[in-house]
Amino acid sequence: MSKIEIKSLTKQYGDVVALDNVSLDIERNKIYGLLGRNGAGKTTLLNLITNKLFPTAGEVFIDGENVKENDKVLNNVFYMFEDNLYPEGLRVKELIRWVKLFYTSLDVDYAKELCDKFGLNTHSKIKSLSTGYSTICKDILALTSNAEVILLDEPVLGLDANHRDLLYKEILSNYIKQPKTIVISTHLIEEVSEILEEVIIIKEGKIILKDTVEDLMTRAYMISGEASKVQQYIKNKKYIGLEKMGKYQQVTILEESKKRNTQLINELDLEVSKAPLQKLFINLTN
Amino acid sequence: MQLDFNSEKPIYIQLAEAIEDDILKGIYKEESQIISTTELSINLKINPATAGKGVSILVNEGILYKKRGVGMFVAKGAKEKVLQKRKKIFCDHFILSLLNEAKKLNISKNEIINMIERRDNFE
Repeated sequence: MSKIEIKSLTKQYGDVVALDNVSLDIERNKIYGLLGRNGAGKTTLLNLITNKLFPTAGEVFIDGENVKENDKVLNNVFYMFEDNLYPEGLRVKELIRWVKLFYTSLDVDYAKELCDKFGLNTHSKIKSLSTGYSTICKDILALTSNAEVILLDEPVLGLDANHRDLLYKEILSNYIKQPKTIVISTHLIEEVSEILEEVIIIKEGKIILKDTVEDLMTRAYMISGEASKVQQYIKNKKYIGLEKMGKYQQVTILEESKKRNTQLINELDLEVSKAPLQKLFINLTN
Repeated sequence: MQLDFNSEKPIYIQLAEAIEDDILKGIYKEESQIISTTELSINLKINPATAGKGVSILVNEGILYKKRGVGMFVAKGAKEKVLQKRKKIFCDHFILSLLNEAKKLNISKNEIINMIERRDNFE
């Protein structure tokens, strides 16, 4: 059974449709990337999954149970989000204890160990934390909560390269030790692409792609070469991006099946290269 | 161990080849334990499923074997297996692309052989 089932979910704010009839299964114990441009509906989707917002239509089930006002189910979901809703006067170590009242299996020792690792002073007041450390603090709570589902909205916001590296490694080691469903919503696609198992791309409130990273990387590729030969190759083919440089063209192709015409590529003397996730994302969401 | 995230080659295949390279170089000796998939995944920042897939290719080919509860080990005769496999790939891919490039540059087979011999003499 799938861990999170999203059924015909719609959220409207007046005339604005933030989420448009979305149906989606998020399977248990996989690392997902939820990608979309600003305002695409990522945060709305996460807010609806965790019952922080009420849908205009549709339902969300976790392990078969409707999330609507269902504390029992939601206590197994840790949602790390951008806004700071924690009491600001608290110190980091007090916040850890405070969160443990709600997430009773939170591992306090592990949380302190991570604070140490990231250089987060547990005596600091929450309101005095920089953007980066505020994010780190929330990431630590998510990773140590022991929830079966963790939803991370912008988990690297304000983090420097060293801290991002440390966080990605910690996410992986945490996940390997205790497999869980992890959804990462981020704008830093290239960095995160190899740690993801599946990708969900959302555009204007609709899911436009959901696939495993591995399949996606086989289906997608870039072809480049002399313009007329490139054009010959893409005749009757769907392509998602085209760049021109003089007589030279480069197209990004996303095949429906995994097959590409290697023979034709060789005959036309075209060059094949990898279409990075970021490139696909830009082409698909433009 | 280095992976090329810009390469067209899938990460799990690159990983399998990197382990093979380490076996050829003697970094991992036969009957010795190799790095765990957990360490591979964390250090290379790749999804554990990807790391697992790379390793299982080598398990299926009899190059690595799993000791339950202990980890992954290099099989006896693994080096020879890798050598044979790489020779075949050398012939099927390397030589083929050499010939294709030579064709593009109008280089005859004799010229190629001459070039190789001249290189040999220099070293």
